[in-house]
Amino acid sequence: MSADIFAKKRRNSLVLFLIIGAATVVSIIITEFSMAKGFTSVPKAIQWSLSNFYPTKDSLTKLPDILIKLKETLLISIAATTLAGILAFVFAILGSNTTRVNAFFGGFSRGIAVLFRNIDVSIWALVLLFSFGQSSLTGYFALFFGSFGFLTRAFIETIDEVSSSSVEALQATGASYLTIISQSVIPSTIPQMISWVLFMIETNIRNATLVGLLTGSGIGFTFNLYYKNLNYDIASLVVITIIISILCIEYISNYVRRVIL
Amino acid sequence: MTTLLEVKNVSKHFGNDTKALSNIDFSVKEGEFVSIIGPSGAGKSTLLRCINRMIDASSGDIIFDNDHVYELNKRELKKVRRKIGMIFQHYNLVNRLSVIENTLHGRLGYKSTLAGILGLHSEDEKLQAANILQILGLEDQLYKRSDELSGGQKQRVGIARALIQNPKLLLCDEPIASLDPNSSKVIMDHLRNICTSMGITVVVNLHQVDVALKYSDRIIGVNSGKIVFNGTSQNITSSDIHQIYGSDEGKLIFDLGGSHVG
Repeated sequence: MSADIFAKKRRNSLVLFLIIGAATVVSIIITEFSMAKGFTSVPKAIQWSLSNFYPTKDSLTKLPDILIKLKETLLISIAATTLAGILAFVFAILGSNTTRVNAFFGGFSRGIAVLFRNIDVSIWALVLLFSFGQSSLTGYFALFFGSFGFLTRAFIETIDEVSSSSVEALQATGASYLTIISQSVIPSTIPQMISWVLFMIETNIRNATLVGLLTGSGIGFTFNLYYKNLNYDIASLVVITIIISILCIEYISNYVRRVIL
Repeated sequence: MTTLLEVKNVSKHFGNDTKALSNIDFSVKEGEFVSIIGPSGAGKSTLLRCINRMIDASSGDIIFDNDHVYELNKRELKKVRRKIGMIFQHYNLVNRLSVIENTLHGRLGYKSTLAGILGLHSEDEKLQAANILQILGLEDQLYKRSDELSGGQKQRVGIARALIQNPKLLLCDEPIASLDPNSSKVIMDHLRNICTSMGITVVVNLHQVDVALKYSDRIIGVNSGKIVFNGTSQNITSSDIHQIYGSDEGKLIFDLGGSHVG
């Protein structure tokens, strides 16, 4: 009997492996992708980057302009994420099985969260472009909606996981709903929620570049501008400033996480 | 002695056909120490939670301190709940808060929503909390975070949180199931002491038959959602216990050491 189980598991793994292999081969054939060509072009790409894609002394004169745009992008990401975090907290309280008021509001806020989470930021950016035009407001709302959906989902899970037991205890003492939220749910979940918000800020700074490219604002637009004008040296400087700022933000948020958790 | 709690014909089913409790009838007198024993899944936890309506029973009536618990509105139910302290197997503390903060949570039922949200506790309440924690031997842990405590200490914080409610009744759901024998004895001694010296009625769910026999005035045996035994711990025989657990003679660990039974 037990030998059968092992044989069956081996067979299942083999079948899974064959399916993945077949899918790969079929996709390669349909898209006419040449594996050999793909890999041989990598050295060429590296060679091109090394010969063109680096900042020169001249490009440094553009640094102040780039930094202004970079600052704008960073602030928009942070503002969009923190505000989305506050709204997501309210929806998570209503959507969590532990703290929901009733099944209707629970389903409603979960539904909203699913809707917002499953539409990508880039889609939001393109849709909102119609209403707000080419401005940083478009980028702000795109990031806001995307983060809101994701954070609501993450917060709901945090609440269910961390605070359901102490919520039960406080209900048994006769405490009122809002008292339970403020005395049990918030103290037990706040570190994890802050951690999620920090994670989202990092993600949003990366997304902001893409959103900026689509909506014509912020650092993404700056990159696009220089890149399309064949100013590769300045474009590379933009990339470097983005990488440095992301590393800084990551360092800061890791530090904050260490302290609060 | 007057009757504090009366459970009348209480049934509970989850969904359509899973019956957790059927026609449960018993009463508890003031100052009594009652243990509910029975196999896992017999409905002990459900029964306990039906008393303060953490779970709503499907039918039946519960009278606690002259209130019909199932006829109360939300506001009145909260008033009844604060007269009933509850203690949990997994302590259910807010881990990131200190011992004294967790203890003071027991006062939240007495506060207006605003005072509750802001966590405003009077000087008297803080002194009372410190006092109770001292009785339970936690005077050196007052400002420690709850997740730094051992299991036995956490459970004592749970007891302190229940006691500061000034309860008439303590409901204890498997209070020692996650504890080692030493801590278990400390917790059970405290519960017995609370019952004897403070006159607070205690109803406790237990897995350990020997503990139940040693500490309780009365034993209620539950099997498959029905009461199969209800009597004093002196009168219980080993065949009663086998009936409660649905086992054959000689098949329980308890049989080896149960010399004071029967």
